[in-house]
Amino acid sequence: MAAPKKVALATAQPNPAATASCAAATSCAAATIEPGPAPLTAAARRSTRLSRLNRKETWLSLIVLVLFVAGWEWGPVLLGIAPYNIPRLSAVFSEGVHLYQNSELLWHSGITCFEVLVGFTLGCLLGAVMGYLLGMSPLTEIVASPYILALQIAPKVAFAPLFILWFGYNMAPKILVAVLIVFFPILINVLTSIRTVDPALINLARSFKASRWQIFWKIEFPASMPSLFSGLRIGSTLAVIGVTVGEFVGGNTGLGYLLVQGEGQGNTASVFAAIILLTAIGIIAYGLVILAERYVLRYLPKRDFGDVATSV
Amino acid sequence: MAPARLEFRRVTKTFGNRNAADGRDPVITAIEDVSLSLTQGEVVSLIGPSGCGKSTLLNLGSGLDRPSAGMVLVDEEQVDGPNSHVAFMLQKDLLLPWRTIQANVELGQEIQGVPAERRRKVSRELIAKYHLSEFEDAYPHQLSGGMRQRAALARTMAMDPDVLLLDEPFSALDAQTKMVLQTDLARTLKSEGKTAFLITHDLVEAVALSDRVLVMSSRPGRIIEEITVELPDRDKPIARRSHPDIAGYIAKLMSLLHIGEENEAA
Repeated sequence: MAAPKKVALATAQPNPAATASCAAATSCAAATIEPGPAPLTAAARRSTRLSRLNRKETWLSLIVLVLFVAGWEWGPVLLGIAPYNIPRLSAVFSEGVHLYQNSELLWHSGITCFEVLVGFTLGCLLGAVMGYLLGMSPLTEIVASPYILALQIAPKVAFAPLFILWFGYNMAPKILVAVLIVFFPILINVLTSIRTVDPALINLARSFKASRWQIFWKIEFPASMPSLFSGLRIGSTLAVIGVTVGEFVGGNTGLGYLLVQGEGQGNTASVFAAIILLTAIGIIAYGLVILAERYVLRYLPKRDFGDVATSV
Repeated sequence: MAPARLEFRRVTKTFGNRNAADGRDPVITAIEDVSLSLTQGEVVSLIGPSGCGKSTLLNLGSGLDRPSAGMVLVDEEQVDGPNSHVAFMLQKDLLLPWRTIQANVELGQEIQGVPAERRRKVSRELIAKYHLSEFEDAYPHQLSGGMRQRAALARTMAMDPDVLLLDEPFSALDAQTKMVLQTDLARTLKSEGKTAFLITHDLVEAVALSDRVLVMSSRPGRIIEEITVELPDRDKPIARRSHPDIAGYIAKLMSLLHIGEENEAA
């Protein structure tokens, strides 16, 4: 077998710490040219140019949205697509209202939200703690990495039926699938970031006679934040997937359950309504992570937080 | 002779397989039988070709690494690990990007458990001294390279070390910024009476800032020459730069390093 450690690390997401430090380096190179407080004004100028660009982008995005909504509403009719394949947007909306009135849509959405929240939180905590532990102990990492790799390759959603067998038709199996699926990207990102902390920074702390614990809290832990957050971004969307699959497999609560029910009844509009709500939950979860990231990583030069390319 | 602040006694440092009896994994000798000593308030530079083990000396001096043979002493006590008498400053400023300039300057004191109020006082003074007051609450990425290096100098001085180890601290800066920072450093060293060991590639820098210049051979690094700089104004490197005698020192150093003889850039 090839060295499993390398494989495990190679699967990590593009290292945001590296990108961030590159960005820092370029902005500094730019700033060096102008002495005194000039770098700040240069940055300010750059940000106004960016915001003008953003305004243009926002308008274009809105136009795309309008086109999409109009296309969904009138497209199927114009193209002669049957409503049980693609119902009109307004039909999906009224189905949503119907579900809200008769099938406790809010209750099911709430259950799904709760499972996502708990699954995501537990998965993150477990993944981060394991990542820091393995990162601080190379021996443990070498011993554990083949098993971590195997578990990482295993399709996590395939565990859903097993968890139902173990825990029954309640929320536990759904939360567990989410925990399992969120765990790995967080673990790998944290582990990679601890491994790639600049050794010179550690030496600097050592020269101040820092204890192992101080090196962790003052250097390694904060240095891992950009990576941790890119893991959290991925995790937030995966948590919704995990919970949805869990709800498909068993039980009678949650949007995943509503979705399967709609499918059984041939109610396409209801399936679409569930998909839209699940997406909305994912967007909210992702957005909350971005908000937290903006606050925690406020020391980094401004970057495009909404960029899809950097997120998944 | 005054007691040595920093002393290397016949220090050798090797890397690689310690019991390479089979010769498959040869040992690399970074430095060999190096002896040097710095007395209180002295500034000594070390120059030499790339890869001659200059940075190894610095790691040994700061206690981050142990010699394979010989002894390193600070204030006549053997160095057996990092200690608060010695602080280092590198080419990389090593500012933590998530800390403001003030918090970066306070890092060392914070690690050593100095109460917040006292370290704030020290960092404020140093930040003002190095003309960074405006940027106290800025993050490192908002500063230019020269300002960042000044912040790194403030962080080093905040530890109030007896001995400063400087590893090409200005080599990443442009020529003008470099001269300004050299002046800042020279003034500080003089006024605080600090002892400093400066590793550099820059021959003019070595002569302009130091009392003595040591020349090291290529690997394994040995001290091959010691030159005493007999110029006035050690605290005014810019004045020294234009001193008529400086050319003679530079010429001597160039010939010792064989610069221009074998097309071998140091």
